[in-house]
Amino acid sequence: MAAPETRWLAVNGAKCRVRTKGTGRPIGFLAGLDGALTWTPFLERLAGERQVIVASLPGFAGSNGHDRLDQHLDWLLATEELLRGAGLAGADLIGSSVGGALAADVAAVWPGLVRKLALIAPFGLYDEGEPTFDVFAVRPGTLQNHVCANPENFAQATAQPAGEDAMEWQVTQLRTNEAAARLLWPLGDTRLALRLPRLTTETLLVWGADDRVVPPSYAGRFQKLIKGKTTIATIAGAGHLAELDAPDAVAAAILEFLG
Amino acid sequence: MKILWFHLMPYTELPDDFRQKNNSVWVDINSNLFEPERAHHMYNDFMDELEFAAQSGFHGVCVNEHHNNGYGLMPSPNLIASTLARRTSEAALCILGNSLALYNPPTRVAEEMAMIDCISGGRVIAGFPVGSPMDTCYAYGQNPSLLRQRYYEAHDLVLKSWMEPETFAFNGRFNQQRYVNNWPRPVQKPRPPIWIPGGGSVETWRWCAEMDYVYCYLSYYGYKAGRDTMHGFWREMDKLGKDRNPYRAGFLQFVGVAETRAEAARLYKEAAEYFYGRCLHVDPKFASPPGYTTEATVRARVQSMVVQAANKAIERREVPLDFQEIVDKGYVIIGSPDEVAEQIRALAVDMNVGHLMLLLQFGNMGKELAFHNTRLFAEKVLPQVKDLFDDRWDDRWWPQPMARQQRAHPAPVVQ
Repeated sequence: MAAPETRWLAVNGAKCRVRTKGTGRPIGFLAGLDGALTWTPFLERLAGERQVIVASLPGFAGSNGHDRLDQHLDWLLATEELLRGAGLAGADLIGSSVGGALAADVAAVWPGLVRKLALIAPFGLYDEGEPTFDVFAVRPGTLQNHVCANPENFAQATAQPAGEDAMEWQVTQLRTNEAAARLLWPLGDTRLALRLPRLTTETLLVWGADDRVVPPSYAGRFQKLIKGKTTIATIAGAGHLAELDAPDAVAAAILEFLG
Repeated sequence: MKILWFHLMPYTELPDDFRQKNNSVWVDINSNLFEPERAHHMYNDFMDELEFAAQSGFHGVCVNEHHNNGYGLMPSPNLIASTLARRTSEAALCILGNSLALYNPPTRVAEEMAMIDCISGGRVIAGFPVGSPMDTCYAYGQNPSLLRQRYYEAHDLVLKSWMEPETFAFNGRFNQQRYVNNWPRPVQKPRPPIWIPGGGSVETWRWCAEMDYVYCYLSYYGYKAGRDTMHGFWREMDKLGKDRNPYRAGFLQFVGVAETRAEAARLYKEAAEYFYGRCLHVDPKFASPPGYTTEATVRARVQSMVVQAANKAIERREVPLDFQEIVDKGYVIIGSPDEVAEQIRALAVDMNVGHLMLLLQFGNMGKELAFHNTRLFAEKVLPQVKDLFDDRWDDRWWPQPMARQQRAHPAPVVQ
């Protein structure tokens, strides 16, 4: 498998990583709790059909600058700057989990920034009656048991590649997790409910049927709040990070939706 | 040296099967276990104990801050310190927490500590911990990635609000106040002494050295486990060109005194096993919120105290410690007064610690035994250890109260 091309952008004065592979109309990807630390089978499958551009949010794999983002507005501005810098203005966008919350937000706030939007189990809402799971209160080394139907899929996606320094790899993972916590602490509610009624972009809501982090019923909550046309695709046998559990099924659903 | 009497205020009636039936003593402890009418008695016993310690000649009494915690019933240490300000006359009031990032605005902390300093005539020691993950991030919902930045800013604001003579505007990253002008101001000038309870991070040591604050290592695992940390602290002070004044440091130790060692073992076994068995039954999932530990500390391969405690909790989830092991590992020092004095002198010299904070009530120890322990220590141990260090070093970090004859005398309570 050929490695993706890597480059770095200055976003809000900090260094952010962009990885690209494939040809054709670009699709952007904002990662979930795994941070897209590695080039996964899901990304490879998409890159077989289109140009895939993985833009690492501040603090996520290979990127810095999360520690400058204090307010939610800081996050939105940084995300928009990152997408434009990565050449993704007006392109299709996929956001998973943490990245899904921001993808929906920027698509709502900057109409036209996103052509079509695919969200995989995004954070951003919180329902007291059916709370999201606290992914930031898990025993050391057990996150994979919660975020994937098959924990091995998460372990593989975050495994230290040959040639990487073990300590630096650990720090990169911790930083990714910290950046997610910085955005979502303590409940994962980014008040996205206030902005989804402005979201006119056509949206696909992908959910793992076995998501134990953001329950699949949240798809309906998103559908109700989003102003534009929405479709729900439920993926059997997949957990919260459905793209890690079922890369082919998720990629196929998204590629079909994007057309 | 200075000996301070420290109270955690543990709930003393956690059931025998607490470990089996409960996930954690902290954060999500079952609130049905809390009986307010029993807590009425516990609080009053605990406050009697603190007052008794102050009357018995301890140099200071310590209170601290915990939230959602079955072994720490003091969400607001300032409430207890304010009653102590009235009911004690000589002891230093060591408030070893307010966790600064939890208060909005942080000037609330400056105001309350200034009030207690005024009421007590200048006996306050201001402790500023970052706070444990359980207290700050989980119980109080603070963002772990922002906690330290907020803490340092709050510290700057509190200090300025004590020392700046004019009304000023504060335009911080997290706090904006147009009119900062605390009334009251502390008695102690330029401010009360500041002590920093911390884990073993080099960054905290450096900061304490730079700010000239006391560094306190508050571990529940005693002097044998704490030696490496304290030796690391002093090596860092050497590197920074600071003197080895033992009053730069504080350390926490559990102690049980009796007429003989065998008697001490008999008296303190139950309370110690209660503390290490039930009170430290903390779910490790609450130990490492992302961002609480800095990248520098991770790179330095330093395990924070809470992570160490969590790891011990994992090891000990199934089989709790027995008393013999608790004593062998140095978590609790027991013995006759002479034996305890010898151990205290040895550990203080070895770790070069001038401020020793003692837990003489711990676990489910009742008032009578806590008084017994406190009385024996005050009468028979304290005189053997308090001269330590004073031939060579001054304690520049101790409160400077008003002259005794200038202080108020609270009116006696008339029933």
